[in-house]
Amino acid sequence: MHNRSLQGLAAAVVALTVAACGGGGPAEQKPDKPAAFKPGSDVGYAKYGKDYPTTTVKDVPGPCSYESISRKDYSGQTLKVITHAVPVIGEPTVLHAKQFEELTGAKVEVVNVPFGELHQKILTPLQAGQPAYDVMFYPSLWIGDLASYLAPVPKEYLETPGMKDVTKAYMGVATWDGTVVQYPVDGDRHYLKIRTDVLKDPKRRAEYKAATGKELAVPRTWAEYQEVASYFNGKDVDGDGKPNFGSAEVTKRDDLMFSAFISRAAPFVKHPDVKGGVFFDVETMKPLINTPGFVRALEDMAKAKSAWPPGGANFGLGDEIFSFGGGQTLMSYSWDDAFIQAQQPDSRIRNKVEAAPLPGSAEVYNRATGAWDKKPNQAPYFTWGWTSAVAKTTRNEKMAFDYLCFFSNEANTALDLTIGRFGVNPYRNAHFDAAFWVKQGWDESVAKAYVKTLSGMEESTNRVFDLRVPGVNEFMSSLANGVAAALSGQKPAKQALDEVAAEWTAITERVGVEKVRTAYRNVVSLEDNS
Amino acid sequence: MDIPRRYKSMFVLPGLITLVLIIIFPLLFTIRVSFSSWNVSSPQMDFVGVANYVTMLSDGRFWAGTLRLVLLAGGTVLIQYVLGFGLALLVWRNVLGRRLWRVLFLVPMMTTPVVMAAIWQTIFHESLGPVNDLLGRLGLEPVRWLTEAGPAVVALMTVEVWQWTPFMFLLMLAGLLSLPKEPFMAAAIDGAGAWRTFREVTFPLMAPVSVSAVIIRLIEASKLSDTVYVLTSGGPGSATESPGYYLYIRALKEQQTGYGGSLSLTYLILMIVTLTVVAALLARALKVKGDS
Repeated sequence: MHNRSLQGLAAAVVALTVAACGGGGPAEQKPDKPAAFKPGSDVGYAKYGKDYPTTTVKDVPGPCSYESISRKDYSGQTLKVITHAVPVIGEPTVLHAKQFEELTGAKVEVVNVPFGELHQKILTPLQAGQPAYDVMFYPSLWIGDLASYLAPVPKEYLETPGMKDVTKAYMGVATWDGTVVQYPVDGDRHYLKIRTDVLKDPKRRAEYKAATGKELAVPRTWAEYQEVASYFNGKDVDGDGKPNFGSAEVTKRDDLMFSAFISRAAPFVKHPDVKGGVFFDVETMKPLINTPGFVRALEDMAKAKSAWPPGGANFGLGDEIFSFGGGQTLMSYSWDDAFIQAQQPDSRIRNKVEAAPLPGSAEVYNRATGAWDKKPNQAPYFTWGWTSAVAKTTRNEKMAFDYLCFFSNEANTALDLTIGRFGVNPYRNAHFDAAFWVKQGWDESVAKAYVKTLSGMEESTNRVFDLRVPGVNEFMSSLANGVAAALSGQKPAKQALDEVAAEWTAITERVGVEKVRTAYRNVVSLEDNS
Repeated sequence: MDIPRRYKSMFVLPGLITLVLIIIFPLLFTIRVSFSSWNVSSPQMDFVGVANYVTMLSDGRFWAGTLRLVLLAGGTVLIQYVLGFGLALLVWRNVLGRRLWRVLFLVPMMTTPVVMAAIWQTIFHESLGPVNDLLGRLGLEPVRWLTEAGPAVVALMTVEVWQWTPFMFLLMLAGLLSLPKEPFMAAAIDGAGAWRTFREVTFPLMAPVSVSAVIIRLIEASKLSDTVYVLTSGGPGSATESPGYYLYIRALKEQQTGYGGSLSLTYLILMIVTLTVVAALLARALKVKGDS
């Protein structure tokens, strides 16, 4: 009796261990069932609630279409997904999970997590080897921390028309050491947004010329940006009885401020003729964050405070979105959201806005010669966006990739792009089609400028990407702290960035110089187009 | 050990095991982690000696945050005590709508700190918030509540005081309601006025409750982090960064688990020592006064 109990206990322990280690092999693959959708059917979200637009699009035939996915039979199987909180990427995750359940019979459990906890919630089980989630949605710059735990995207998915249409830049973002490990679902970049009813108004132009002796135009450099922002700051230029302000920027220390700073620094630090890294010298791994280009950008950012709205020094991304998107400020730069907000059907500034490339600089720091080169420079910043991946530990790899394939199929993406709160932005060549945006009610000129700005970034060969290395959160947290210290006047820009550089050296040593260097080579390769 | 004692021990065992699991084990684990280099890219329980503690000694942000906390916690708890005691005195006696006031005073405490911080963030919003709007109507300049160091500290303290004064009120009211009636009757017979009765009778009798209430609130205030997170994110610069929030950044956001462990242990020891000394000093001060 005693022996039998022990044997039973041992068997239970072994079974639990095997289960915990994700053993048991892949889930059962059932034969396809008849399609529940006809090819080319109309697809829309209206039936899921009044918060969704009534827009419909055609299901585009292909392996990820509604029609194809509805042939799959995943009944009795469960897919576990972790994603950001609703609405940004979290809402489309939930919506497409529900649709996937309806089409395939699968059960999809979605866990929505606030941004501050997402990294830890994803990484900790992966490091422990626990198959906590099959599918993960997260910011693409975490790839350095996560790549070794991700299942490569299988060839059959890489061959889908949707995947083949992903732009070169975003395929690069999804690739690590030559293998595609992230499934592209979003494309993000920072660009400039301006109010055309002010900056392109002949009366305002004449007024600006008379006051400053300069032509009022879309700013091409950060210096011009500051001049325009300062001139209009505090004036009621749209006649609503309230003052308008020059510039809205993401300045809250722990709320993506580091990305705003990189946008400002990019043209000063990314020299088209100097290869080998923007944040580090990839050969020596010496931080470059305190070099004169970064210092100049930080000094400029500190001066820009005078053109921010009240509270602008504590603006998170949400504040920036509503400040520009709501018509309070005349210019801003960051992700698409503020622009899409301004272009919502009920927006009072709809079609009074325009997208333009990020401002550049009149000179660029050459770290190879240690001198400033007097030549105009522009450096688009491909900041992080949302991405997705499948865990290596999953037992449901096929279902997981089918879910992502469905999530990002042509019909879903076309609808998702039009819902600003979803946080899904253009990442396929097909998305750079002005006609699509005109159909959403955008003026042709607005749509054309938007598409030209976004596609122009793709064509640039002088681009800046995020520091996608292990420990990226630590590096960016340190940077944000230094930038915040300078913006608040606690420290001069140079001192603040010297301290950041010292911290970066310590972080690099702690994480492992070779580990960071190997990862950073992936970033440098994207920036140097090599 | 005789049999009855063994049985007694058996009954205590579940409690002991629970204690070990929920308090002792995490504490021991944190101690062990603090001697490791466990971080985001290397989740391993190696042994790096006191390296994390050495790093911590020169960590200016941690020490600046700790000093800042003395002002934030000390200042807010003192204000909470004065206000809480005052409000408790107001509704202690028979005032109109006493029950309603008692419930109303407790509302802030029953709300979630993060939610309230978000609401206060709107209240202190520099262009849309009602505070600056009110100042404008009074002909005063708007205040940069969340973007200038001094006002940001004031805003943070205001939220803390608003949220936790009801707790102090509750403790003080419970204390007042439990006071014996005789000393007050004697004071009345001797002709003592309201102020003298408070100074000579109420306050000394309330001393033990006061010390307990202040210490309990100091313990809570020392953990200040959620309000900071929502209201200012520690800014402008690091003007409102508390040790609790700094720990969150290092240990959870950046996942420097080993270093976070050393910070949290040091912080725990600092708080235990400081609060023990404060409690002893308060008790002694009040006892001396009571004896004299």
